[in-house]
Amino acid sequence: MIYEPWPWYVSGPLIALVMAILILLGKRFGMSSNLETFCSIGGAGKWVDYFKVDVKPKQWSLLVVLGAVIGGFIAANLLSPDEAVDISQKTIENLRTLGFESAGSAYMPSELFNTGALAHPKVWIVLLIAGFLVGFGARYAGGCTSGHAISGLSNLQRPSLIAVIGFFVGGLFMVHVLFPIIF
Amino acid sequence: MKNVLYLLVGIFFGIVLYKSEAASWFRIYEMFRFDSFHMYGIIGSALVFGMLFVFWAKKNSVKSFFGEPLRIEEKERSFTRYAVGGILFGLGWALAGACPGPIYILVGAGYWPILIVLFGAIVGAFVYGILRQKLPH
Repeated sequence: MIYEPWPWYVSGPLIALVMAILILLGKRFGMSSNLETFCSIGGAGKWVDYFKVDVKPKQWSLLVVLGAVIGGFIAANLLSPDEAVDISQKTIENLRTLGFESAGSAYMPSELFNTGALAHPKVWIVLLIAGFLVGFGARYAGGCTSGHAISGLSNLQRPSLIAVIGFFVGGLFMVHVLFPIIF
Repeated sequence: MKNVLYLLVGIFFGIVLYKSEAASWFRIYEMFRFDSFHMYGIIGSALVFGMLFVFWAKKNSVKSFFGEPLRIEEKERSFTRYAVGGILFGLGWALAGACPGPIYILVGAGYWPILIVLFGAIVGAFVYGILRQKLPH
């Protein structure tokens, strides 16, 4: 059972549990603020005062990140004998027309996330731009899925509702308008 | 001791997101095409339980395990930063198929090209720090 993909009604409440534990530990549930901490650790404070901060109080969050990396390793290597993600037939057919042959038989599209895909310069550009938008957008919006969609909306915050609507406007535009151009 | 707790919470979070397939690029793509209920079920049920927890914690002025007041912060009021930042984030979320949590998790899972996404995300956060005072908030 644990080796099968976990259904949404198990996973969703467990994500809420992660948020609840962090709040009860006196912290908060937010993943993107660590990106700024990485900048501070990398010495970004030399150029920008914004990153001149004491990273000691953010250490707990970096430990959560380290745990997430370890969790990813455990789940992928020890708990997932079958990596295929059972996405809908409609999505599979759509992705095939875009050239994603791995749809329906892998966890991540091999066309982007297999090491071999890095032979194509286009893959580098796509992943770099995607990452840049995630990092810049999340910090500009003051949070990502964990901070806004889960924590902020749980606290009925209007700013988080605006941000989450923004996430979907951006995501829908990317998938429906830009994907056929990019791929 | 506290440090071990944070590490364990992270490990649990990583396993849950990976096994729920919320860390899969395909699930994010499928979500934005409205082809499956899966991601909406995850986010929706997380929200329902999250709201109940926050409501309970506030109503009973619950203290942390260490006796401190809880940090359930009000976000500052604004429109531009949430709308524009949110849209830019959404564009990246759909293209990378991963938001920051899953980015870390996929590093552990061994999908090495995600390191390029992580690098891009750190550069993005850095550029935000540079431009912050010039951007409308």
